[in-house]
Amino acid sequence: MTSLLTRRRTRIDELGGRSLTADALARLRRNPVAIVGAVIIGLFVLISIFAPLIAPHDAAAVFPELQRTLRPDSIPGSMPGFPLGSDQNGRDFFSRLILASRQTLIVGVLATLIGLVFGVLIGALAGAFGGWVDTVLMRVTDVLLSIPSLLLAISIAALAARPSQTTVIIAVALVNVPIFARLLRGAMLAQRDSDHVLAATSLGVKRNAIVVRHMLPNALGPVIVQATLTLATSILDAAALSFLGLGDGDPARAEWGLMLANAQSYLDVRPALAFYPAVAIILVALGFTLLGEAMREAIDPKGRR
Amino acid sequence: MPTTRRLLAAIAAGALSVSLAACATSERDSGSTAAATGGTMVFGAAGAPKNFDPIFNDDGESFRPIRQMYDTLITYKPGTTELSPGLATAWESSPDGKQWTFTIRDGVTFSDGTALDAAAVCANFDRWGTMASEAAQSNMIYYADVFEGFKGSGGIYDSCQANGNKAVLSLTKYKGAFPAAFGLTAFSISSPAALKQYDANNVTQSGDSFAYPAYATDHPTGTGAFTFESYDRTANTITLKRNDNYWGEKAKLDKLVFRVIPDENARKQELTAGTIDGYDLPSPADYASLKSAGQQVLIRDPFNVLYMGINTKNNPALQDIRVRQALAYAIDRQALVQTKLPEGAEVATQFMPQTVEGYASDVQQYAYDPAKAKDLLAQAGATNLTLNFYYPTEVSRPYMPNPTDIFQLIAENLRQVGITVNPVPRPWNGGFKDDVQTAGKQDLHLLGWTGDYNDAGNFIGTFFGRQKPEFGAEDPAMYSEITAADAVVDPAGKKAAYEQANRDLMAKYLPAVPISSSPPAIVVGPSIKGLVPSPLTDERFNTVSKTQS
Amino acid sequence: MLRFIVRRLIQVVPTLLLLSVLLFAWLRSLPGGPAAALLGDKATPEKIAELNTVLGLDQPIPLQYIRFLGRAVTGDFGNSLITGQPVLVEIGRALPATIELAIAALLLSVLLGIPLGYLAARYRGRPLDTTTVIGTLVGVAVPVFFLGYLLKQWFAVDLGWFPPSGRQAVDIDATHVTGFAVLDGLITREFDASWDALVHLVLPAIALATIPLAVIVRITRASVLDVMGSDFVRTANSKGLAPGTVRRRHVLRNALLPVSTTIGLQTGLLLAGAVLTEKVFVWGGLGTLLAQAIERRDYPRLQAVVLLGALVYVLVNLLVDLSYAIIDPRVRVR
Repeated sequence: MTSLLTRRRTRIDELGGRSLTADALARLRRNPVAIVGAVIIGLFVLISIFAPLIAPHDAAAVFPELQRTLRPDSIPGSMPGFPLGSDQNGRDFFSRLILASRQTLIVGVLATLIGLVFGVLIGALAGAFGGWVDTVLMRVTDVLLSIPSLLLAISIAALAARPSQTTVIIAVALVNVPIFARLLRGAMLAQRDSDHVLAATSLGVKRNAIVVRHMLPNALGPVIVQATLTLATSILDAAALSFLGLGDGDPARAEWGLMLANAQSYLDVRPALAFYPAVAIILVALGFTLLGEAMREAIDPKGRR
Repeated sequence: MPTTRRLLAAIAAGALSVSLAACATSERDSGSTAAATGGTMVFGAAGAPKNFDPIFNDDGESFRPIRQMYDTLITYKPGTTELSPGLATAWESSPDGKQWTFTIRDGVTFSDGTALDAAAVCANFDRWGTMASEAAQSNMIYYADVFEGFKGSGGIYDSCQANGNKAVLSLTKYKGAFPAAFGLTAFSISSPAALKQYDANNVTQSGDSFAYPAYATDHPTGTGAFTFESYDRTANTITLKRNDNYWGEKAKLDKLVFRVIPDENARKQELTAGTIDGYDLPSPADYASLKSAGQQVLIRDPFNVLYMGINTKNNPALQDIRVRQALAYAIDRQALVQTKLPEGAEVATQFMPQTVEGYASDVQQYAYDPAKAKDLLAQAGATNLTLNFYYPTEVSRPYMPNPTDIFQLIAENLRQVGITVNPVPRPWNGGFKDDVQTAGKQDLHLLGWTGDYNDAGNFIGTFFGRQKPEFGAEDPAMYSEITAADAVVDPAGKKAAYEQANRDLMAKYLPAVPISSSPPAIVVGPSIKGLVPSPLTDERFNTVSKTQS
Repeated sequence: MLRFIVRRLIQVVPTLLLLSVLLFAWLRSLPGGPAAALLGDKATPEKIAELNTVLGLDQPIPLQYIRFLGRAVTGDFGNSLITGQPVLVEIGRALPATIELAIAALLLSVLLGIPLGYLAARYRGRPLDTTTVIGTLVGVAVPVFFLGYLLKQWFAVDLGWFPPSGRQAVDIDATHVTGFAVLDGLITREFDASWDALVHLVLPAIALATIPLAVIVRITRASVLDVMGSDFVRTANSKGLAPGTVRRRHVLRNALLPVSTTIGLQTGLLLAGAVLTEKVFVWGGLGTLLAQAIERRDYPRLQAVVLLGALVYVLVNLLVDLSYAIIDPRVRVR
């Protein structure tokens, strides 16, 4: 009995160290889903890094040659120097589309990261300790969760002196916190009475160590699944805020969600103004989830069996 | 055990369905298949009406159904801002302008069957002027504005005497807005009997909101071409039916339904799908596609002005007229009008449309000239100007179909002359009006105005006739010039005074930059005939007919 | 069990109380106020100040809160600033619409999502798996307001299969009994009204269901895979139990624990999702009330809708916790 547990512990410790990461990477490379996802994300990240070099023009500049034939119900299409033509305000649509990748990346990643860190912290504490810690923390997340996310985001965006990228990120991140917390707590709760935790406890392993070394790694699976989805939904939530008029205060800034929202009135005139940003958002969201899904399978120790 | 439980459940379900079937049978009338002469028109409204008592309302969505059910003493000739007889066949004022005598039309009855007479008209004036409760008073926006308050607390209403078929209204002071203001929909005439029966004055305060009496919610009683049938608050539809006893041109439609559809794209799709017959204020971007789908886009004459407001309080640099002039020169208003506003829109040279008495054709012009703007900024020593620019979201106004786009173009213009613009978007009702009009937090902002009636005071008097947080620092000379113009009783003198005020506004004061006047549209389906678009958005649907397809 | 339920129900009270305090302070600190919204276009600063006095909005916020609480306890949440109707009456009218839509969306996503997720896991790596996962992911990745627009444009405007928006055609003139349009038609035997309501329900339900569907598919798939790789399933298999029995009795039962959490979470989020969906489809439910209240700063309505939404959510959470206890005996009732 003891020897089995020791072996298991050694194995878990081993996994936490060198071999797990290397192993996971190796398996990722063999997974076609991961490759597709990684390629999309890679392209997206590359474009966003080199956006200023790729884009021929400034995102905010208005061009007289585009404005000349611009009317409320007719937006000029591609012409020399402007591969995708004009946007609704006489700016270069192609440049804006490219430059937008960077802003979109920033919003999605930061909103998810902040939500995840705080959510995992709260969920882990609640799930690990139970009792009054659990009660208090879950009461707080309940309150957070019981406000419809949109209202929560709207309130935060409206409270700020002026809506900006930062307020959008904070608003979306806050919506994500209770989701992570609740999920992690559920997963921890299910393990609290499980054999390996009981065994570790009876072996005299300290509570902190049990939580960090034994419970957390096993609870992370659903959290990673959720995080991959959250990256996509964060970008979508930001777009929804823009749709409701609470996006970045500077509409001249190029960001896909903002561009999509602002193109709502021109769906009949030039559908491309809405469709291209929409397709970009869909692709990126898809890329993140494909990659995340593959990562989940690769990291999960159970996946090795 | 499970079998017993299942049996019980089955019995309970059976009993429930039997009892439901017994107590809830169809309430539908079976006679609805009778031959329809004029059919039903369904109009897509952007919002729900507040209530149906004209005096307690001030917004277009409430006024649209009210206009179909009520009449005013004086109306506007369809499609114009010219006055024409309504419930009064004639009107005249005393030389000092303090007394108005209305000759009341014969043979008009309210929809509750009672007759309209001079006493009924006076009962309405009296009701407004002596409205007792604070709660009711605070809902009477137009009344408080035009009549300057209530009897005994600064209001100009004195009395109303019925004299045969004449109603004589006495005021304590001359008011330039009359007689045009008698045509305001808020001053529609209600049946005194119905007002009494349904407790119309009983607006109560419930918590931090108001509760309206039965008259306002379910029993509007006027003399209009349609009468109230129902307001289905679940389906959000208001149904009016033809008034067969209407004194004027009887309605051709059997029924007129207003269906509330807040989303603009949804209204467009409903119209294209043929499930509604029209809606108001289509986006200029949709004109072409609507027309090519066979819809009729009816253009109203422009009777509005869009301006970029300048608040001189927070940034002292703006108190220098050269800086404000630089702003005016920096904006390419011609390009803005051409690229963002519908056909027929014009650059505004001053703060009122051309059709208003008092418009001056020789005001100082500010043609697009970025070099001159930079020059003026340099002269004023304001080369590093940073301005907070507030613009509204979640709204489309007749003078400003797409505030975000208009903002972007102006902001880019300002950037080009070296001004740093901090964009501050605010939802129209969620902070924009508060921040801009009450708190005055902005340096620049976009706002405008649709005229209520043809009167210069209704435009520049509203904007610049007194100190307002919207424009910041006080300018007593400007206020008194405009107030003096309004007080001139002689029409020719008044016109001249307002013309001079317009010249001075553009040359001496420049408290804001007028941008444009644009023609708002109303769109109806291919089977709709006879809707006359009104510059005041005062459309009456009695002339409308619908061809059955 | 009963004691557990009662205790959890009692715990709901402080949650709601805390929420109401936060909400109240929050709403009162927002820019823009009901007075500005109430007065509309022609509001002057003086009128706004005067109205604030009439409405008691110039009083200290704690005092306003106590007054609000006092009225709320007696069931008076005030009147909507937009319509002047009692807020509770409005909610009563809108609630069935939202529940109808939420049930339709939830049914769609659970009935489709669990089997799809299970099948995807069972045929992991095969085309069925890939198609299911990618298909649902694309559904999630399309912004709801854009998806709604596309659904309307294609299936309502271009093809004419479904009505573009609303709950019932204007000329149907249905009799309202319960407020559930589909049910009402059945009760009153106005079957055309039922059918009409059902037809109106299709597009918004699809739009609202995309996100819960994808989440349920993914979680089901992930957790079925998890369980299939676990010791006890291997034990069951090696004991020679029939594969069908293992799947039913061991895999599915254990895999449903995380799925039930997800469904619970999604139910709460449906109200939020409904704000966008209802806006696009002009649905006239709680989401519409909420969106309008936010836009017009309708405090009384906003408070009541959010508190009610919170109550519903907390109750759903309770049900989820109970379902833990039923599905997973390890989580004992404490």
